[in-house]
Amino acid sequence: MATKVTSAVMRQGLRVLGVAIRTEKAVFTLAVVASAIYGGMTVASAWALGWATDHVVLPAFRDGRVTTGALWTGALLILGAALLKALGVAGRRILAGVMQFRMQARSRRDVTKQYLRLPLSWHHRHPTGQLLSNASADAEAAWAPLAPLPMAVGVIVMLITAAVAMVATDLVLALVGFLIFPAIAVLNLIYQRKLSPLATRAQQLRAEVSEIAHESFDGALVIKTLGREELETDRFRRRAHELRDANIAVGRVRGLFDPLLEALPTLGVLAVLAVGAMRLSTGAIGSGDLVQVAYLFTLLAFPIRALGWVLAELPRSVVGWERVQAVLEASGSMAYGPAVIASAEPARIEVDGVSYAYGETEVLHDVTFDVPAGRTVALVGPTGSGKSTLVQLLGRLVDPGTGQVLLDGVDLRELAYGGVAESVALVPQQTFLFDDTVRGNVALGLDVGDEDVWAALRLAQAEGFVGRLANGIDTRVGERGASLSGGQRQRIALARALVRRPRLLILDDATSSVDPQVEAKILYGLRDAAEASTVVVVAYRMATIALADEVVYLDRGRVVDRGPHAELLARCTGYRNLVTAYEREEAERAAIDVPVAEVPTEEEEVRA
Amino acid sequence: MTAQGIQGNLERSALATIRQGLSITPEFRKGLVGTMALAVVATLGKIVVPIAVQQTIDTGLKGGTPDVPYITSAVLVCAAAVVLTALAGYLMNVRLYKATESSLATLRVRGFRHVHDLSVLTQNSERRGALVSRVTNDIDQISTFMQWGGLMIIVAFGQLFVATVLMLVYSWQLTLLAWGCFVPLIIALPRFQRLLSRAYTVVRERTGDMLAAVSESVVGAAVIRAYASERRTSERIDKAVDSNRSAQIRAQTIVGMVFPLTELVAALAIAGIVLLGVRLGLSGDITQGQLVAFLFLITLFISPLQMATEVLNEAQNAVAGWRRILGVLDTPPDVADPGEKGKELPRGPISVAFEDVHFSYPGGAPVLRELSLEIPPRSRVAVVGETGSGKTTFAKLLTRLMDPGSGRVTVDGHDLRDVRFSSLRERIVMVPQDGFLFDGTLAENIRYGKPAATREEIELAMTELGLADWVEALPAGLDTPVGQRGESLSAGERQLVALARAYLADPDLLLLDEATSAVDPATEVRLARALEGVTRGRTAISIAHRLSTAENADEVLVFDAGRLVQRGPHAMLVQEPGVYADLHASWVAAAHS
Repeated sequence: MATKVTSAVMRQGLRVLGVAIRTEKAVFTLAVVASAIYGGMTVASAWALGWATDHVVLPAFRDGRVTTGALWTGALLILGAALLKALGVAGRRILAGVMQFRMQARSRRDVTKQYLRLPLSWHHRHPTGQLLSNASADAEAAWAPLAPLPMAVGVIVMLITAAVAMVATDLVLALVGFLIFPAIAVLNLIYQRKLSPLATRAQQLRAEVSEIAHESFDGALVIKTLGREELETDRFRRRAHELRDANIAVGRVRGLFDPLLEALPTLGVLAVLAVGAMRLSTGAIGSGDLVQVAYLFTLLAFPIRALGWVLAELPRSVVGWERVQAVLEASGSMAYGPAVIASAEPARIEVDGVSYAYGETEVLHDVTFDVPAGRTVALVGPTGSGKSTLVQLLGRLVDPGTGQVLLDGVDLRELAYGGVAESVALVPQQTFLFDDTVRGNVALGLDVGDEDVWAALRLAQAEGFVGRLANGIDTRVGERGASLSGGQRQRIALARALVRRPRLLILDDATSSVDPQVEAKILYGLRDAAEASTVVVVAYRMATIALADEVVYLDRGRVVDRGPHAELLARCTGYRNLVTAYEREEAERAAIDVPVAEVPTEEEEVRA
Repeated sequence: MTAQGIQGNLERSALATIRQGLSITPEFRKGLVGTMALAVVATLGKIVVPIAVQQTIDTGLKGGTPDVPYITSAVLVCAAAVVLTALAGYLMNVRLYKATESSLATLRVRGFRHVHDLSVLTQNSERRGALVSRVTNDIDQISTFMQWGGLMIIVAFGQLFVATVLMLVYSWQLTLLAWGCFVPLIIALPRFQRLLSRAYTVVRERTGDMLAAVSESVVGAAVIRAYASERRTSERIDKAVDSNRSAQIRAQTIVGMVFPLTELVAALAIAGIVLLGVRLGLSGDITQGQLVAFLFLITLFISPLQMATEVLNEAQNAVAGWRRILGVLDTPPDVADPGEKGKELPRGPISVAFEDVHFSYPGGAPVLRELSLEIPPRSRVAVVGETGSGKTTFAKLLTRLMDPGSGRVTVDGHDLRDVRFSSLRERIVMVPQDGFLFDGTLAENIRYGKPAATREEIELAMTELGLADWVEALPAGLDTPVGQRGESLSAGERQLVALARAYLADPDLLLLDEATSAVDPATEVRLARALEGVTRGRTAISIAHRLSTAENADEVLVFDAGRLVQRGPHAMLVQEPGVYADLHASWVAAAHS
């Protein structure tokens, strides 16, 4: 991670700022104008004070009288400069915020649009946590330097104005300033360079502490039942102490530089007084000039640090920007063709010589089979045989590496956007609900009436529990459906597919969290209702397989056999072993159960 | 005290919170007096410039020609004072950081340990995120405040105090004028703070909504594509992102409006001081040096008041954070470890008895009623019933994740509440349905069951469970990383690891809560057989999701609506009309049709 303030990082950082400035030209210009007013008026307020000293205070004490005109002019100058300065500050701050938050929002929208555009295979290659942080933390970090940027530009204006003002006042006093202010700037740069890696490390450790707490609390059941609380506390304590030490290290640097950065301008003012006294004695300047320069030093001491803030944020900004860019530049979005299928009949599916790989590992090899219109086919195979991947190919969540998937004779890749979804409804293994109402989750943008929603819920055996929810189908389900049980979520996901009356219904082990009794009801209901659909169902359970007209048996990414259940049972050993596992177990047990129960084993004696 | 809740302590005042917070963190109090003394010295540095200006003008410039030697020596004395106060500032900072970070680290670890004792952790998964915040964000908030806001408050008070003292020395009239200008602003500050606090609350809520919306595009990637609902999702995200942005800009606008007010007031004070000061000078009440020094002193008012709104806001957050972490620490663990006083269970097969046990969640209907049963040692028991019948509550009571509302649970004749946790956790192990894995390798996760286990022991365990082939087929065998929460493995594979972990722990009572529900049938049957071998001689209780488990058990416990309605061997129960026969019939229908 680039935490060092190298010149390459700086250049890249300035380029990132350039992008923001080009995108938000008007806002940036206004912010800079406001900030310039602020910078100019800061110098002007010191000048007004000097003027008041020279024209009001000193004559009053010297001559024992004061002209009302000069008195009011001085007061008005001071107030006028302050008013303009206040407006400048307000404008600068508000507009800097507008610019920063607009850029952040823009990055977030672009990144999430890209997430929605990129194919699922791209998602498979990137961990969830990383994608979430690209859209949140990285988008934020990328534009963080925009907050102090206008101020920094204003400070530059301020410094130039101050330099001119000082030179105009007295060259020798100006020289003191030319020594002190660059010294402050350099000191601040050193400060940020020292602080930046330490702060990054503290930030990193903070995230790690949080990660341990998350993991540990999520795994509480395991930790508790195994009595590993102390082990976990030790793990947490080690990281918490590292964080403590990192924070103290940050504190040492801050503790050293903050007082130094305050002392330096103070020493500058003292130098001005000493040098100024000599200049006064030669008559080169007046007392008002001295007051003005000293006051200027007091005013400039703090804002000059803004330059450091921008520089400090740049390395983090560059990292954030590069991560966001990596998402935005990712290619390989799914292409769509022009084909449209206008049909209400059950769909016909052909899978022709399809293979598919995750990275290097090919999980499907030359898979060929077809599902005639209106038929129900069960995909059966052991864990890891490629069933879920195959199902994703049928719903065009991913495209095959070689071969093709045809829907009513049309390659899925030839269909127009939305064409697959119009015909095919897939219920994936992992249920996903949106933070929306039950109705919103079932309809998912489809224009359907309450009647249809309820009918789908009824078929999915969800009518009962949805009816008991506080607001029926208008009840919000919470983030990812948090307020519902796993089985309830699956039933809503099923209703989502059924309400579309799809021409092809694909169920990927979609009732795994549902009680067996309820599952049986769902399956019977489907058999009656699904006559208008072609159905592909992934299953191990006999109950589900029994629904199918035909079985396609997969093992290690290949179609081993296909045919009606009874035929496969007779001729395919792997299939028989898989689906009759429970029955065989029962049979074998019936044969051996009696002796086992009576004979105490050796282990038992050893343990006792 | 409830099983679900954590004491909110909303009634505790800010002062009481801070007092109690300090009382449990001795690291913070230690050396506080020295730190404060250094703070006083450090703030004295702020009035060096006004004094130097006053001395230069009044003494050094008296009589027309500057007294250069006097001014030079005055400047040198002041410079020495500046260096000294900077040093004091450095020492104060370091001490403050050390004290706060040490005390907060202690608080963090204590909070973490305590949360693990609270049953809310295993009962209510929705609140876990909030508990994580207690030991992360809440502490960080206090930390930020202590080192920035807290420091500001010390410095600001010190600064305002020494400035006012010096002002009073110079002129009480001008001091009154200056304070007259600033008092209305000070009175208005809490109002601004409330405004800002409300605005920030909205920002936090909108940020939460935005993150939730954004995460849908990632977590729901498959469903969004399957239903071609990209546009709908995109619109929702845009709305959330934009309303977050509006809230941020609104908060920033408030800050932007409030922030410059102080300088405006300061300018008013300066103009007033010039107007009044000149008149006072005419009557000889004040010297010109003092008047100019006054103008410098006013600048000391600006930064404390400018920052005050944000400091107040952070102070409020810090006190709230403190209150929350104290709330956690004040919540007594509802399932307490008897510790040293507790009984040690001897090794060997375990017997279990429930005696008239009732349980209900706070404010909820009873989940278990009048439960009485005995499970003899070495027996193999299956627990069946529909969702919500009380099976999992039974398991949680048996593993003492919760205590019964009334009645008691005994193992080997000892009330569970009297058994030392270290002994209990060693003897009774549950494998939950969701086999949670830690981010690490397969071996590390299995070893979690027995931290001292050697590689050979782990390999042996896998072989005994019949999982050696499966391990071998993985890319790096036992060293295969499982990913965060085990996400690189399938749900079924996670269950295999969880089972191996519990087996390695070598308990005398193994409790399986639908522990193999996601495994394919052939593997499940293999596993069931292996388990039968390895648990022989131990007590084994399975909460069953398929009735074949029940068919093979010595005894079946049938739960319905919180009651034990039937018990006995399968062969007997299946003959009686009742809940079990119905369950069995529907299962047979589903499995064999």
